[in-house]
Amino acid sequence: MLWKNDVLYLHGPPNLKDVHIEKGTKVIVSKGTTKSSDQPPPVPPAGEGGAATAAAVAVDELSNAPEIPGHAQYLLIGGGTASFGAFRAIKGRDAKAKILIVAEEDSLPYMRPPLSKELWFSDDKAAVSQLKFKQWNGKERSIFFEPEGFFTEPKKLPFQENGGVSVLKGRKVIKLDPSERKAVLDNGAEITYDKCLIATGGVPRNLPVIEKASPEVMKRTILFRNIEDFRRLDEVTKTAKSVTIIGGGFLGSELACALGKRGKETGMKVYQVFPQSGNMGLVLPEYLSQWATKKVGSEGVDVIVNKSVQSVKMQDNKINLALSDGSSILTDQVVVAVGLQPNVALAKTSGLELDDRHDGFRVNAELEARSNIWVAGDAACFYDIKLGRRRVEHHDHAVVSGRLAGENMTGAAKPYWHQSMFWSDLGPEVGYEAIGICDSTLPTTAVFAKATEKDTPKAVVEKTGEGIRSETEMAATPSFQPSPPPKVPTAEEDFGKGVVFYHRDNVIVGILLWNVFNKMPIARKVLKDGGENEDLYEVAKLFNIHESS
Amino acid sequence: MSYCRKEGKDEIIFATKEDLESPSKAIINVQDEEEEPGLILPSGEINWNCPCLGGMASGPCGVDFREAFSCFHFSKAEPKGSDCFEQFKTMQECMLDHPDLYPTKDVEDKDVAEMGPNLEDLDENSGEQNTPVVSEKNDVDVASKGES
Repeated sequence: MLWKNDVLYLHGPPNLKDVHIEKGTKVIVSKGTTKSSDQPPPVPPAGEGGAATAAAVAVDELSNAPEIPGHAQYLLIGGGTASFGAFRAIKGRDAKAKILIVAEEDSLPYMRPPLSKELWFSDDKAAVSQLKFKQWNGKERSIFFEPEGFFTEPKKLPFQENGGVSVLKGRKVIKLDPSERKAVLDNGAEITYDKCLIATGGVPRNLPVIEKASPEVMKRTILFRNIEDFRRLDEVTKTAKSVTIIGGGFLGSELACALGKRGKETGMKVYQVFPQSGNMGLVLPEYLSQWATKKVGSEGVDVIVNKSVQSVKMQDNKINLALSDGSSILTDQVVVAVGLQPNVALAKTSGLELDDRHDGFRVNAELEARSNIWVAGDAACFYDIKLGRRRVEHHDHAVVSGRLAGENMTGAAKPYWHQSMFWSDLGPEVGYEAIGICDSTLPTTAVFAKATEKDTPKAVVEKTGEGIRSETEMAATPSFQPSPPPKVPTAEEDFGKGVVFYHRDNVIVGILLWNVFNKMPIARKVLKDGGENEDLYEVAKLFNIHESS
Repeated sequence: MSYCRKEGKDEIIFATKEDLESPSKAIINVQDEEEEPGLILPSGEINWNCPCLGGMASGPCGVDFREAFSCFHFSKAEPKGSDCFEQFKTMQECMLDHPDLYPTKDVEDKDVAEMGPNLEDLDENSGEQNTPVVSEKNDVDVASKGES
């Protein structure tokens, strides 16, 4: 009963890391041990001498130790989610591992999804300012994977008997020497390594027309990616009269809905503009994409489809975005969310191979680029044994691939087999989860639940634009309707919830669960099987679409 | 009434609750065991990569935690774990050195009920099945509202 009643409780779910040490440690105390509670401090590794001498030597060594260790058993380049996945996996398999993370950002590893999701929908301003959000189970959680105390100061890492994880912040690796197993930092420091992970992620893409624009335009444009971008956008949209999101993908659509909600409170006008015919147009089949656009509209966003930004200039202290149909938008603030450019500068300096088609470092099915160098997360173009060569830019993929790389860095030699998933929400009423290759150019078969009165969301769609007041106006009056006008939805066809199967050569390569939740394990099995000889209507039944809420 | 229509390359089926509730004739078996192993592997060994452990096995007291939990898991003593005093003490000392990671708190009855699984439960239950005690998504992903 030692663990249960007297000493330890694991806090959970979901994180079992918080452990309570009870005051009444009866079992331990009643054992009547004679051992003194005054334990000597942990002894750093030392040579032949006695413990005391060794400790003294070690203390001396520590005070003379360089701020940046000259050697890292495990060197992780990049301080994001993939590195988190990797260090946890490495520690799982090599308990005393010494892991050094070199992070360009000046922060500990954190998760990005809440920056465009939960943090915008929380009413607890104090929590948001500390970057905390509420999980589905009501528990508050920080976007930081681990608190400060989890990590060891880089300088001390070589002296930790039980190993540790250190983050060297605000530094960048500019070159690797794969043969010598050496990394060169931007300040000239050199670190040798046993095993190295490249998890450099990516930087937001920009539009050439904005890159060329005046400094004033740049000042009012956010390329959204990190904590600082979140804080900036949060701050500026408290007072802005209008904001325009360029881009119709995951990030753009999530931010549009988030800002739409804010606009309903503050009167800020929210525009979203992109060249596709509907939101998530590269992912969702066209009918569903166009339906999603109506939903985004009902969240208070003026969605301008089938148009791209042709030129940008300042006008009356606002930004004038000239669109491809000759119309334009006057706006206070611009957010560019047009995808990610993987950070692959190391390829040139270090002789690593890039993928022509998908971008990113080219790695094998075990995520290995060269001997003792692996790549994970956004920057990895890997060979998926099931689905072929891919590069994936999603949070869960960073976790899954980071973990796999970590396992392989400790000798697992495992191929990529656990498919990552992704999810997104478009306002409070539409959410989806997906797995595999969900590419709107592929043929799809979808099974939707015929909506009942209860879950018909069409009433909400009617509210588009209501109550939005803004001083920003359209210089011309472009049509806000998708063009050509969609054939669906009709009154009966509300895509409330359903399952979409994406095929390639008659095999299922992707599955999207639309307002159907907690069914990812089933989707994973169907994807693994491929469903070549299946009636997809029968397969859809496995998901219990109607039951899901 | 269910119906089906095509829009270009995309096929759309609308089905009623009744239709979808009839037994599936799909060949795929989705009832298989989970692919991901739980905390206790079929071999009886402990899976230190189990997401259910959160940061326990990787944090600054990870090594001490592993030694204590291993001792407990494999203990043949009566009561179980009573031969693990040394390991416990070492772990406890480490945890006391990291109060921000392992806060010491008074626990009232109502809190105990909310505490969820403890190690003994993990140890007993996860040996029987391969499913993680706490789902992976809870831990490593940012849970979406869809889970509710």
